[in-house]
Amino acid sequence: MNASAVPAPSTSRRPFAWSSPLTYAMALAVAAISITPVVYVIVGGFRTTPQIIADPAGLPDPWVWDNYARVLTQSDFWKQAFNSAVIAVGTTAAVVVLGVCAAFVLARYAFRGREALYTFFTLGLLFPSGAAILPLYLMLRDLDLINSYYAVILPQVAFSLPLTIVILRPFLAAVPRELEDAAAIDGAGRLGFLWRIMLPLSRPALVTVGVLAFVASWNAFLLPLLVLGDADLHTLPLGVQNFSSQYTSDTAGILAFTSLAMLPALLFFTFAEKQIVGGLQGAVKG
Amino acid sequence: MTSINPTRIPVGGADAPPAGPRPARRSSARAAETRRKWYEIIGLTTPAIAVYVMFVLVPMGFAVYYSLFRWRGVGPPTDFVGYDNYVLAFQDPVFLDALRNNAIIVVGSLVIQGPIALAVALLLNRRFRGRAAFRLLVFVPYVLAEVTVGIMWKLLLTGDGTVDALLRQLGLGSFVQAWLADLDVVIWTMLFVLTWKYVGFAIILLLAGLSNVPPELTEAAAIDGASWWQTQRHVMLPLLGPTIRIWMFLSMIGSLQAFEVIWVTSVPAVRSLGASATMATYMVDNGFFARLWGYGNAVAVILFVISFIAALLFQRFLLRRDIDGAVTGRRN
Repeated sequence: MNASAVPAPSTSRRPFAWSSPLTYAMALAVAAISITPVVYVIVGGFRTTPQIIADPAGLPDPWVWDNYARVLTQSDFWKQAFNSAVIAVGTTAAVVVLGVCAAFVLARYAFRGREALYTFFTLGLLFPSGAAILPLYLMLRDLDLINSYYAVILPQVAFSLPLTIVILRPFLAAVPRELEDAAAIDGAGRLGFLWRIMLPLSRPALVTVGVLAFVASWNAFLLPLLVLGDADLHTLPLGVQNFSSQYTSDTAGILAFTSLAMLPALLFFTFAEKQIVGGLQGAVKG
Repeated sequence: MTSINPTRIPVGGADAPPAGPRPARRSSARAAETRRKWYEIIGLTTPAIAVYVMFVLVPMGFAVYYSLFRWRGVGPPTDFVGYDNYVLAFQDPVFLDALRNNAIIVVGSLVIQGPIALAVALLLNRRFRGRAAFRLLVFVPYVLAEVTVGIMWKLLLTGDGTVDALLRQLGLGSFVQAWLADLDVVIWTMLFVLTWKYVGFAIILLLAGLSNVPPELTEAAAIDGASWWQTQRHVMLPLLGPTIRIWMFLSMIGSLQAFEVIWVTSVPAVRSLGASATMATYMVDNGFFARLWGYGNAVAVILFVISFIAALLFQRFLLRRDIDGAVTGRRN
């Protein structure tokens, strides 16, 4: 580490390399490119459509709240947000429960065929949900599940399971054997061990897979597009798409609707950033 | 034998029989224990296996079956046509365009995002004020829904829209294109939007990989007199290998599936001419919306086989070492 050239005394133990101006310039540029379009959309929602057409790159003058108010009161925004929430919560709960049960067996039980079963699940990583969407639709139609929350939740759970198990298994396997023995001595069976020791210990991993499943579900588009024909069941991504193709001339309204649809994901992400990044890291490390 | 009557308590297990009650004969106790173990294994894994088989594996099997028929999706398929649908697909210039577009997206994503992400991650792999905020901001495009991103860029890139206005203000008016309508330009526009959305993911992944490199290594390199550049080249880069390969794998599979951003951003007319179609948009356009179910399923199978082969080749030749460690890194 190079000696610090930073005058701030409070950070004297945080040495900066010679290239720190370059670092900052780089960080600023990358962050700006990432965030500017998003800010533009949010700010654009405070302008009127004539303003936007006259000067697409300008700032609101004056700021108008009407677009946002209109979306929140006159559109299906709330209904769609509710549908998205129900589907995301259902998906997350089911993925975590089913995933942890399977991963627990794969991590803590010695039995013939264990590795085969694990490989069987990891195979699912090679089955992209996009490729299966047409037969999936046909199957859901035959099961009479089209236009129900289940039509989205069940396939999402199924396609999230492989990654969930891949992330959870090493985590559950890393819990020391001694804990299991101690639990056995204290009279807990293996299931008691799962419930009382494993689940509390593996909370960070559970939160990670839960967050990943939630975000994926919240953003999902293709599956809902096919299986949720009923507008009353539409989720936010479908709502955004419909709104933008229905009111093509209402640019300001589209910007406002898009901003509001982004907001939950952005807020959620701000709170769960560590888990998401941790999950990706976990996935990388296996 | 009768003394063993394990009360089945799915959760809690507080009053599960202690390991104590030993019957006279050891072997029968062991048999009961084995049986109980198998009950647990089956009980705990069956729900996951059932959902997984039902909604992941079975549909792909059906896709192969349906793809052999000419079928409008009403009643059971009867008009068996063998592999005609596959032949038709490879004779359709729009599908061939879609294949080419997928190839552009796969290669373009790798060669554009990879170097950018690597440079940014290596340069920013140090403590600096605002690092947490930086990570948050860079990750925003990845967390936004594809649809949101698509609509956003559609508005920005529309004719005489914000991007055009900005370019003109910067004196770059001559660069202005019909970003979403010009048949020769649109696929590159799509690649740009996809890059914007996913490069943050690559950066975060590589930064996470770099944070796993023990600081002793860079310190040792510094003591040995290695320059910053030499340290990156000979210490960081090799250690980052597994992360880079996994990112490449994820990027490749994602690019082959590309759907949402293209579906939302590009105009259907442009898509139907093949200029911006991908295998996935082509499949949904033809199978779902044009109700050519047999044909659509054939495209699904092609898409699946291409992804599967790409994934297998990648695993076989590049990912093997990395996955090996991860998958077999279990307790003894």
